[in-house]
Amino acid sequence: MAIVELPDNVVVTKLDALVSWCRKNSLWPMPFATACCGIELMATGASRHDVARFGAEVFRFSPRQCDLMIVAGRVVMKMLPVLQRIWLQMLDPKWCISMGACASTGGVFDTYSVVQGIDRFIPVDMYVPGCPPRPEQLLQAIIDLQAKIQAEGTIRGKEFLAPSRQQPKPALQP
Amino acid sequence: MISAAKLDRLKAAFPAISHSEFRLQVRVVVPVEQVHQLLRFAKEQLGFDMLADVTCVDYLHYRGARDRYGLVYVLTNTQTNERLIVRTFVNDPEPTVPTVVDLWEAANWLEREVWDLFGIRFAGHPDLRRIVLPPEFTAHPLRKDYPLQGRGERHNFPVITRSEG
Ligand code: SF4
Repeated sequence: MAIVELPDNVVVTKLDALVSWCRKNSLWPMPFATACCGIELMATGASRHDVARFGAEVFRFSPRQCDLMIVAGRVVMKMLPVLQRIWLQMLDPKWCISMGACASTGGVFDTYSVVQGIDRFIPVDMYVPGCPPRPEQLLQAIIDLQAKIQAEGTIRGKEFLAPSRQQPKPALQP
Repeated sequence: MISAAKLDRLKAAFPAISHSEFRLQVRVVVPVEQVHQLLRFAKEQLGFDMLADVTCVDYLHYRGARDRYGLVYVLTNTQTNERLIVRTFVNDPEPTVPTVVDLWEAANWLEREVWDLFGIRFAGHPDLRRIVLPPEFTAHPLRKDYPLQGRGERHNFPVITRSEG
């Protein structure tokens, strides 16, 4: 096998790694802000915390233009079909951050109308604890998500089909 | 607060009512058969031109309560800034009160909300549908005998997995 000398300033990498690097540094969030956590989400986007430093400043209100859904706030049962429809409208590859106690578990709202964790009904990649989480925590979640995308991302999104990424069917509770 | 003269006129016109006062708020309790007449009188004779709220209280298991549901009408006179709270009681089965949409348009959505959450029927309402809960909901969840965590409505959705969406 012939060994080719590489000229200066040329590196060799896998295409998957290159694509993941591009994707992770330009996440476009879909702000699904339904309650008080949305205020912290806005603070994260504002100048002081400045999510632009991590390449995720382009908040779009059209799901067709987004690849990162940030669910910030409690989701009531009337809103859940809307959430699922928006999630289905987003184009692959896409990720989801569940921001705050309410989106992740229902929080203090253990009532008939509040969904007890969106991960029962849509896939979630990162959970951010807190009520509400500080913007630093959301930034950390984005950084962790970037590491996750870099570590396992593939061009065709094969990583999403792994059995471990499939949603466990929730046990039905009263 | 409502002026004493107006309260006397109200009591003269409706001898069956009882009234009480708490922190300057006057509350009259009226039998359900007369509630529509009384509200019409309050609007047309006493100048209560604004219906601020219609709501309901469920007195199930309440100490000393004789009736199950207490309807509350909060009236405001925008000329004199007087307020009057009108209450009436209804019971199972089929708790029903006459609608006041013919007096105040504002009652339309307020009564739909009471119907949605308490299941009180408003006879004569032009459009008595649910307003806050989804239309396929079957219960009236602010009734005290409805479990706080519901009857599984919040879990009753399809699950979208990664490979499906
Ligand atoms: S977690 Fe706390 S701050 Fe966030 S939506 Fe719930 S109650 Fe509001």
